[in-house]
Amino acid sequence: MAFFFEVLIGGLMAGVMYSLVALGFVLIFKASGVFNFAQGAMVLFAGLFFVGFSEMGVPTWLSLLLTVAVMVVLAGAIERLVLRHLVNQEGIILFMATIGVSFFLDGFGQTIWGSNVKQLDVGIPTDPIFLMDGDILIQSFDLWAALVAGTLLASLVVFQKTRTGRALRAVADDHQAAQSVGIPLNVIWIIVWAIAGLVALVAGVMWGSKLGVQPAIVGLALKALPVLILGGFTSIPGAIIGGLIIGAGEKLAEVYIGPFVGGGIENWFAYVLALGFLLIRPQGLFGEKLIERV
Amino acid sequence: MSSVTEKKIGDVLLKVENISLSFGGVKALTDISFEIREHEVLAIIGPNGAGKSSMLNCINGFYHPQQGTITYRGEKRKQMRPHQAAKQGIARTFQNIALFKGMSTLDNIMTGRLLKMKAGLFSSAFYKGPAEREQIEHREFCERIIDFLEIQAIRKVPVGRLPYGLQKRVELARALAAEPTLLLLDEPMAGMNLEEKQDMCRFILDVNDEFGTTICLIEHDMGVVMDISDRVVVLDYGRKIGDGVPAEVKNNQAVIDAYLGVQH
Amino acid sequence: MLYRESGQYKTTYSADQAIFTIPQDRVFFALMLLVAFVGIPLVATDYVYTALLIPFLCLSLAALGLNILTGYCGQLSLGTGAFMGVGAVAAWNIATRIPDLNLLVVFALAGMITAAVGMFFGLPSLRIKGFYLAVATLAAQFFLPWLFVKWGWLTNHATSGVITAPHLNIFGWEADTPLEKYLFALGVVALLALAAKNLVRSNPGRQWMAIRDMDIAAEIIGIRPVVAKLTAFAVSSFYIGVAGALYLFVYLGSTEPDGFGISLSFQALFMIIIGGLGSILGSFLGAFFILLLPIFLTRVPPMLGFDLSTAIVAHLEFMVFGALIVLFLIVEPHGLARLWQIAKEKLRIWPFPY
Repeated sequence: MAFFFEVLIGGLMAGVMYSLVALGFVLIFKASGVFNFAQGAMVLFAGLFFVGFSEMGVPTWLSLLLTVAVMVVLAGAIERLVLRHLVNQEGIILFMATIGVSFFLDGFGQTIWGSNVKQLDVGIPTDPIFLMDGDILIQSFDLWAALVAGTLLASLVVFQKTRTGRALRAVADDHQAAQSVGIPLNVIWIIVWAIAGLVALVAGVMWGSKLGVQPAIVGLALKALPVLILGGFTSIPGAIIGGLIIGAGEKLAEVYIGPFVGGGIENWFAYVLALGFLLIRPQGLFGEKLIERV
Repeated sequence: MSSVTEKKIGDVLLKVENISLSFGGVKALTDISFEIREHEVLAIIGPNGAGKSSMLNCINGFYHPQQGTITYRGEKRKQMRPHQAAKQGIARTFQNIALFKGMSTLDNIMTGRLLKMKAGLFSSAFYKGPAEREQIEHREFCERIIDFLEIQAIRKVPVGRLPYGLQKRVELARALAAEPTLLLLDEPMAGMNLEEKQDMCRFILDVNDEFGTTICLIEHDMGVVMDISDRVVVLDYGRKIGDGVPAEVKNNQAVIDAYLGVQH
Repeated sequence: MLYRESGQYKTTYSADQAIFTIPQDRVFFALMLLVAFVGIPLVATDYVYTALLIPFLCLSLAALGLNILTGYCGQLSLGTGAFMGVGAVAAWNIATRIPDLNLLVVFALAGMITAAVGMFFGLPSLRIKGFYLAVATLAAQFFLPWLFVKWGWLTNHATSGVITAPHLNIFGWEADTPLEKYLFALGVVALLALAAKNLVRSNPGRQWMAIRDMDIAAEIIGIRPVVAKLTAFAVSSFYIGVAGALYLFVYLGSTEPDGFGISLSFQALFMIIIGGLGSILGSFLGAFFILLLPIFLTRVPPMLGFDLSTAIVAHLEFMVFGALIVLFLIVEPHGLARLWQIAKEKLRIWPFPY
């Protein structure tokens, strides 16, 4: 039983990491209806810049600040070079465009900083913690990750209540209507992408501290997609809970089902779970159901 | 107008009985009953939000009313999908044009004719022989519709590039390609200028005359409605408040109140 | 001046519905085929066959398959790589288990098996669209290669996990040299491309495009979305499956069954975006472009005096692909095929501007 809980907790914590990526997706999807495939590449991109600055001897706080600046500039560039020209296009076109953005960022970050695995240490403790008389082992790093995710979630919820946050939600509901009451669409989009960039930075730092900053992060971050299917594309709490379910589910499946089928099911479990979910409840756990009209 | 001879209005083609439809708590239609007779032109009118489009959506199977029955050609209908309704000979056009934007005018019309065509995957992939013969045979029919609606010049133009009035016409052509028994037109003249409206009226009456197609249309232009329809059904807030020949409806107090407002 | 159609009248619907309605186009296309079947074999070297032409043919066919699903029917798929894998593994199994079976039959069966698998993973498309579907196809992309490796029967329990294609024997003709392999692939691809063109210009194609352009309206005029979408998945997967079988039998020779990864899926998607969504010709143009670009990137900078490491070239490739995708989606969503068409229209009226 203790072993079960250990696996469960380990899975939940891994899920938190997926949630961090998924949050960025949800933010952008809610505010612009764009399904941002590049969120994973943005995580790597932010991580690469952060670790790159640090390795040049820049103090951590300054690297962080510089990377924030980079992500804001990136948001501006994406708005100006990509989104602006694709307003009113179908969702599928925008989605494919973000696949292009994803490849570009992936290549760009590595051209500048190289593709070897870079260790990242921002001082998050990694010693193990034992619970229940040492029966259950968890990593203190994972607790920190959960704490960071919680803080991020809380600040996003608070942000939603601010003036800018309200404008964002208006834009999400109806682009044209929002414009007609004087909300500047372009500025809003830059803000949203910048915030998603910051979320990516947080995710990049956390993933980087855990695994090292490396290109494989992009592939792992792809698991945020099934997370979103479970949680619903428009729900911030959904992103968190979806992440937890996927994280715990795939670890438990690997441990308890894996041995019977030769292992390695972690790689696809999340996707197949999402596939099953799509057949039963396409709008996700917390998503809004769309009514089609003619 | 072209119709001079006395029309023969036939038996009841479609009978709507006690239809109620609601979305969540919002009632769109309440206890509506009326009939559509063969060969007639029936207009459904009413202020915005009266439930006119919802009514058409129920008839062609897009919405499923919670209560009531629809009897078509003497057979009580079970819940059906729109494509089943299409198979039974019900075609329609839309308030907001619903053409296939990436395809040419001709392809749109040929698509409207798909129900009459049989060639499957394999014969289509081979093309030569039966599939080609079928294409040509149906092309001839579609060309007749193209002549009829005077859209020869735009045959090969992608419909996305056409002006609004022509798109409406192509949509009508696509609906006609299926040789429907019952044609539902949702605001066929919305947003048109006088000339375009006159053309459209002519087409509708010609379709009714020449093909004997029964027509049920939604229209806001009262002049048009009074001119071309044999009978008018009036809806307001999801209820039927009038039903009869145009002259009757025109003098119906409830209808006048609904349109002009009434002091309570 | 040569490309002019005044004075050419079409007097039958049959002539008006031909693939190439203008005689000049017919001549041009016939010349292209002549070059492909006769001209190239006279000049090309083995390197050109194995490094460029054979993979070009295999991947064009995969792109063509994906284009049927995504370009014509509007259903986005990121599972092309895995479906190619299904075709390859199926063809290998059939060919090794029934050694005397005609190779064309093997390929056809492999295509059909892939079609069945594709239809299964296409089931969610009945309820969901767009990027939701993309995630569903990702499930196929990650699950199937895993299955190839873990289900030992599929690779005949080979310890190395590597599957090696048998000799190509078509009605007694042994295709061993690169030239013969090229001709075999060319024949298969040309036939299937013709069939695809026929499909998209008649009933099935119209159904698919109707679903793509406006699915609700399509249903209201009597198209059954279930049938239209699943046939698109089936036909598309058939093509991709045959492409995968060709890829193994003619190009790779041998492979590990999990080699059919997500990068192949993206490659195929990029081919149809750059080549042209909803265009048969575009699938070929896109495949050609995507295959040439890396060669160009490796060869040209050294000529200009830049010495780039292979890693940098690989990263540059990513950047160029990414930028091109965005550029094409913004400037010309119908890709190279549309540019070709515009060029033809200009030529028709040349030297006048209108």
